[in-house]
Amino acid sequence: MNCCNEKPIIGIYSGEKLCKNHFTEYFENKIFKTIRQFELLDKDENLGVALSGGKDSLTVLHILNKLSQQNPKIRVNAIAIDEGIAGYRDKTLETAKEFCEKNNIKFHVFSYKEEFGLTLDEMLKILDVKPCSICGIFRRYLLNKKSKELRFTKLATGHNLDDEAQSIMMNQMKNNLAASARLGPKTGLIENDKFVQRIKPLYFCTEKEVMTYAFTNGLLDDFNECPNAVHSFRAQVRDMLNEMENKFPGTKYPIVNSFLETLPLLKQQYNFDAIKVCIKCNEPSANDVCNACVYIEKLQRVVAN
Amino acid sequence: MNKINVSVFIDRENKNKKLGLDSSSIVADLLKELKINPVTVIVSRNNELILEDEKLKNNDEIRILSVISGG
Repeated sequence: MNCCNEKPIIGIYSGEKLCKNHFTEYFENKIFKTIRQFELLDKDENLGVALSGGKDSLTVLHILNKLSQQNPKIRVNAIAIDEGIAGYRDKTLETAKEFCEKNNIKFHVFSYKEEFGLTLDEMLKILDVKPCSICGIFRRYLLNKKSKELRFTKLATGHNLDDEAQSIMMNQMKNNLAASARLGPKTGLIENDKFVQRIKPLYFCTEKEVMTYAFTNGLLDDFNECPNAVHSFRAQVRDMLNEMENKFPGTKYPIVNSFLETLPLLKQQYNFDAIKVCIKCNEPSANDVCNACVYIEKLQRVVAN
Repeated sequence: MNKINVSVFIDRENKNKKLGLDSSSIVADLLKELKINPVTVIVSRNNELILEDEKLKNNDEIRILSVISGG
């Protein structure tokens, strides 16, 4: 069923086919509803938006910036991490910078090279580790640390429904429910001054919807894919879920919705009171020494030898 | 059966392809021919998005954009 006489550009979960204008309205309303329903924003925020230059982060920044223009008490800043992945991150950061300049948004960039002494490419040459694992640890570490320094009240990310469904399935497959307890549209088990709370306004938007919005709003640049991500476990789970979605349309929504029903129980089970502070860097950690410091020490040992 | 010629740019592969398809072909047939899961892409013609049931025409220039996050 078509929404109106205009040419449809996307079919949505309900089976309806939407034209550009009705899709834009549907997409933005879905995000504003997520923000209200899960109380992602307070009345006064100094918001950080984690910006990679990809479609998801540009879309979330575009929408939050629109919201900020209507509501000056919501201030929006962009924060990016330059991991040092030659031929990939340099391109996406250029897109991110141009977007922020054009839209008059403050843009903060922090690099692995400056913070840890090595780029990710250099780290991977000397350590035998899974790229996405070490990269994810350092990126989350820096985003949290720098967001605190910049006094962001919250950090918005471009995570979408597909990302969340993948994370839920990955954690199930790895029997890591403690990691699932940290998922959801608003992460952080309880409010804690060591953590800048993270919010995911695109939580109920599929990757295809985000791409459609980015395309119709001129937010896209050339396609770029991290060379390390192609063979990751996440990529395998993503492909499996997309195969299921193709055979049984609407598979991803129930995965996320049923997970949300269990999330309060998971949060009770994996109580955040157990969180410690790293004895080396004073950042939050599940152990005495955080994973970032463990890797930093390993890198220092290899470099020294 | 009559054939149509379609030119396709696949952004994820940064490649142009030319295909001959049955004149009754729709976008879904093109994706099937290219072994692309429709869930993972959006498709445009003349910079306008088209759906999988859209009929293809001779000399169409089609762009297939991957929706998958870059990492």
